[in-house]
Amino acid sequence: MTEPVVEVSHLRKTYGDKVAVDDVSFAVSPGEIFGILGPNGAGKTTAVETLAGMRRADGGTTHVLGHDTQKHPTAVRDVLGVQLQEATLHDKITVGEAIRLFAGFYPAPADPDELLALLDLTDHADKQFRNLSGGQKQRLSIALALVGNPQVAILDELTTGLDPQARRNTWDLIDRVRDTGVTILLVTHFMDEAERLCDRLVVIDGGRIVAEGTPRGLIDGLEGDRTVVLRFADEVVGAAREVLDRLAATHPDVARVEEMDGVPGESAVTGTPRVLFAVVPALAEADLVPDDVRTVTRTLEDVFLAVTGRTYAEQDEEPALATEGDRS
Amino acid sequence: MTTTTASVRRTGSRAGWRGFRRLLTTEFLVWFRDFAAPFFGVVFPTLILLGVGFLIPGMREPILDAPPDSVWYGITPIATYVPTILAMAVGTASLTVMPVTLATYREKGVLRRMSTTPMRPQGIVAAHLVINAITTLIGVGLALLVAALAFGVPAPQQLGVVGLGFLLGMAVMLALGMLVAAVAPRASAANGISMSIYFPMLLLAGVWTPGPVMPDLLQQIGQFSPLGAAAQALSIGWFESGFPLLQLVVMAVWTTVLLPLAIRLFRWT
Repeated sequence: MTEPVVEVSHLRKTYGDKVAVDDVSFAVSPGEIFGILGPNGAGKTTAVETLAGMRRADGGTTHVLGHDTQKHPTAVRDVLGVQLQEATLHDKITVGEAIRLFAGFYPAPADPDELLALLDLTDHADKQFRNLSGGQKQRLSIALALVGNPQVAILDELTTGLDPQARRNTWDLIDRVRDTGVTILLVTHFMDEAERLCDRLVVIDGGRIVAEGTPRGLIDGLEGDRTVVLRFADEVVGAAREVLDRLAATHPDVARVEEMDGVPGESAVTGTPRVLFAVVPALAEADLVPDDVRTVTRTLEDVFLAVTGRTYAEQDEEPALATEGDRS
Repeated sequence: MTTTTASVRRTGSRAGWRGFRRLLTTEFLVWFRDFAAPFFGVVFPTLILLGVGFLIPGMREPILDAPPDSVWYGITPIATYVPTILAMAVGTASLTVMPVTLATYREKGVLRRMSTTPMRPQGIVAAHLVINAITTLIGVGLALLVAALAFGVPAPQQLGVVGLGFLLGMAVMLALGMLVAAVAPRASAANGISMSIYFPMLLLAGVWTPGPVMPDLLQQIGQFSPLGAAAQALSIGWFESGFPLLQLVVMAVWTTVLLPLAIRLFRWT
C-alpha cells in the first residue's frame, strides 16, 4: 500500500451553528482521480478549500503529501495546484500573461507554451480574459492550476457552465493530465462526470460522506431492483400486458409492471436481478416478440437515491455555504 | 510534469516573493490598460494646476498687497498653489485609484486565487503600492515641470523639508488608501469610502483656499489631517524658513496608526 497523497480525517467545519462539513475522512493514492461528489451545498467546496489550507477546520486533520495543511498551509503551495470555483482574473490580462505570471511563482514550473498547447489555448494567448468564452476561461483556470507542475491538483466544478462538447473535451483533458502523473481531486455535482472520470470517489450529502468506493463498485453494490423496459407493436401490446401482469402476480422475481410515462406500448417490468430471466421465457411461451428490449442502466444517481432516500435533483443555484467568506 | 513523490521541497521565507518582479511588471501593464487609472493619477494634478493658473483671473499676478517683509510678497498666487497640487497628487493615486483596484481584485476573487499559489497575496498589495508611488512621482514631476515652465514658480526655500514632507505625505496617504482597500468588500464600496475621504482631504489641503488665503480655522483643523499636514509642510518648506515639526509628526503618527491597522484588517476574500 503506497503512502496516501492526500489524507483527510474527521474533518469538521462549521459556520455558526451550521455544520458545513461533518466528520469527513478519505485518503487519495498517488496518480488517482479521486472524486468528491454531491449536490450543491453539500459541503464539497468547503471540504477541499479547508484541505488546501484556505479555511481553518474546526476539527480533524488534513494532510497533503505528508504536510499538515491546517498548521502549515504554505508548505504545500509549491506542489498543490488549485482551481477555484469562483475566482477570476483581471479583465485585461491576456492568457499568455496570466500563465507566465503564475509560472513565475513556482520553483519548477511547466513550460507555459506546452501547457497552452495541451489546453488548446495557443491561439488565444493574446486574448484578454474578459474576451474569453466560458470554456476558454475554464481551460485557462485549469492551466493555472497546473502551471506549477503540481503533484496534486484540486479541480472544483470544472465543467459547470460548459456546453456538452466542451465538457467532453475537458474530460479528455483531465485524462491526459492524469497520464502525466498528477494526482487529481475532482469536486463535482455532476454524476456522469464522476462516473466517467473518477477511479474512486466519496459521495457527500449534508456535509457527511454517505457512500465511498469506485463508481462501478458503488453501482454494483446496489441492493435490489432491476428494471427491464419492453416495447410491443400495437396489435400485441394488450396480450403482452396480460402476460406481464400475470407474471407480476405469480412470479417471485417480478414485482410490478408499469406503463412508461408518455410512451405508448412500453412497459417497465421491475423485480429482482433475475427479472429478465422471468420475463423472456414467459414471452417466448406466448410467442410475443417485443420490438425493443432494454435494461435500465443504473448510475450513481441510483446510488445517491439508495443512500439518501432522495432523488438527485440538480440544483443550479450556488452553494450556500461555500460562498460564505472566511478569513485566511 | 513531475511524477508523484512523497517529498516536498521546504519553502523558504523568500519563496513567498518568487516571481514578484514579473507580478509587478504584469500588474503595471494590465493596470496601464485601464486608461483612466494612469491618466487620473498622472495628469489630474497638472490639469488642475493649469486650469487654476490660466482660468482664474489674477493667479499669475504677483501678490503686492501683503506686507513687503512677508514671505508672500511678490509671489504669484499660482505658486502658493503648488504645494497643494503636490499634496493632491499624493492623495489622488493613493485614494482614488489603489483602493478600487484592490477591492475589485477582492470582489473578483483574484486575491483568493493568488492565495493558493506560492506567491503571497501581500505581493499584489506591494506591487500596487509601488505602482502608485511611481505614478505619484511621475504626476508630481509633470506638475512641477509645468509649474516651472508655465508659471515660473520659484525653487523651494528648503528642499530637504519639501522632500521630507512629500515622502511622509506619500507614506500616510498610501497607508490610508490601503486601509480603505483593506476593508472595502467591493469596488463600489471602495469608491464610495475613498471619495468621502478624498474631497474633505482636498478641502483641508487647500484646493479651494491654498496657502496664505486659507481661513485660520481650516488651517488649524487641516494641520492635524494627513493631507492638510502634507500641504502645510510642503508650503512651509517651499516658501518659509521655519521647520514644520507639528505637520511632519502628524503625518508620521497617522502612518504608524493607519498602516498596522490596514495590515491587520486586510481581507483576502
